[in-house]
Amino acid sequence: MSARERAAEVAAQVRDPEMPMLTLADLGVLRGVEVHSDEEVGEEVVVSITPTYTGCPAVATMRDDLVHRLRAAGFARVEVRIVLDPPWSSDWISERGRAALREAGLSAPGPAPRRSGPIPLTLGPARSAPPCPRCGSAATRLTSEFGATACKALYRCTGCLEPFEHVKEI
Amino acid sequence: MNDEFAGDSSQWAFGTGFEDPLAGVDTTVPPGVDAAELAARCLMLGDDALIMSQRLAEWCSRAPDLEEDIALANMALDLLGQARLLLSRAAAADPGVVPALPEGSPVPAEDALAYFRDAEQFRNVRLAEVENGDFAHVVVRLLLFSVARLALLERLRTSRDQVLAAVAAKGVKEITYHRDWAGRWFLTLAQGTEESRRRLVAALDALWPYQAELTGFDVELRDEVDAVLDQVFAVSGVERPERAPLPGTGRDGAHTDALGPLLAEMQVVARAHPSGRW
Repeated sequence: MSARERAAEVAAQVRDPEMPMLTLADLGVLRGVEVHSDEEVGEEVVVSITPTYTGCPAVATMRDDLVHRLRAAGFARVEVRIVLDPPWSSDWISERGRAALREAGLSAPGPAPRRSGPIPLTLGPARSAPPCPRCGSAATRLTSEFGATACKALYRCTGCLEPFEHVKEI
Repeated sequence: MNDEFAGDSSQWAFGTGFEDPLAGVDTTVPPGVDAAELAARCLMLGDDALIMSQRLAEWCSRAPDLEEDIALANMALDLLGQARLLLSRAAAADPGVVPALPEGSPVPAEDALAYFRDAEQFRNVRLAEVENGDFAHVVVRLLLFSVARLALLERLRTSRDQVLAAVAAKGVKEITYHRDWAGRWFLTLAQGTEESRRRLVAALDALWPYQAELTGFDVELRDEVDAVLDQVFAVSGVERPERAPLPGTGRDGAHTDALGPLLAEMQVVARAHPSGRW
């Protein structure tokens, strides 16, 4: 296994600090892993990540966790770079990530809106409500478009009466 | 908790060092783009976000219910994230905009801009700085603010500066949610009780003189913003206010008396410990 493959494998295992059922790779924030070799200073791993939301406070922790894990795996020099373009989309959450979300009682996002032209104002009830991740009922209601983290909305199931979190489509 | 990650305490230790929000991003100003103009534009947009974020953060624990408290805090966080990128972008494009700090100061440029400028050096619109009022007030403030900011960011997605374009593209997704939140609450309060409607109309009347400043002299942008606002007013059955715009503009550093106390609270710790490491 090459150094790059080894580094990529370690980076892909690092988990999201706020949704630890997901790895950074499954969340789609891990954008690239490269290894640069330099005769004088040795190998350097460069990891690229993109924030889910601009103000996401977990980015600093992701960076620290990546550095920590890669150093523990024997890579002495690790640099984490931020990539802003293209912006993160919930469509980048992998199938395995979606399954892990459901397993943890969270509702996975549907397809992100694709727009051309001006963004329509939505004054009515928001996008079609997701089914309850616990009982599967389609009778769910939005409690708030904003949840405990920037990427989640709050819903309530009117079937089983349980509240649940839904990862927003962006 | 799953044992797989319960054993590693680093999973729960939040990062201590301040990281550059543009770490690794190519901040070279593209040929043909005036660096000073780019920095000025980023400062305006960054200051709008920073000051609005500070006002929204003051709502924390004071909203009518928990969900709306979380919503306001989330919007404040989105705007703070946009402010960090935009202030960092301004500083990278034109280091001359960053206030000079003592030699060896550990304060990063984004913080120097946020904490070490005085009121007249801020370029935000005055709508962002006026004191908070009741819940109707923050709904109207956010509606006017996010309708204009969304239209502006939509345009900037095609900015020749790739950093500003990327920040704008990301911001568009976030502000879309803010605008929908404000629009829905505007409608809810307008069609709620006599009291909720009275408060909404009063807030709209009080904040309207600050609205024109959001679009400045840009007629095309103003028309676009007006069309969205008129849509909200029509659905809500609320008359478009006729109050005249307030003279002057925060874009030139002419602010209301509300900005000074806001900055005093926001900046006091950083200024008391200019060599502090956080």
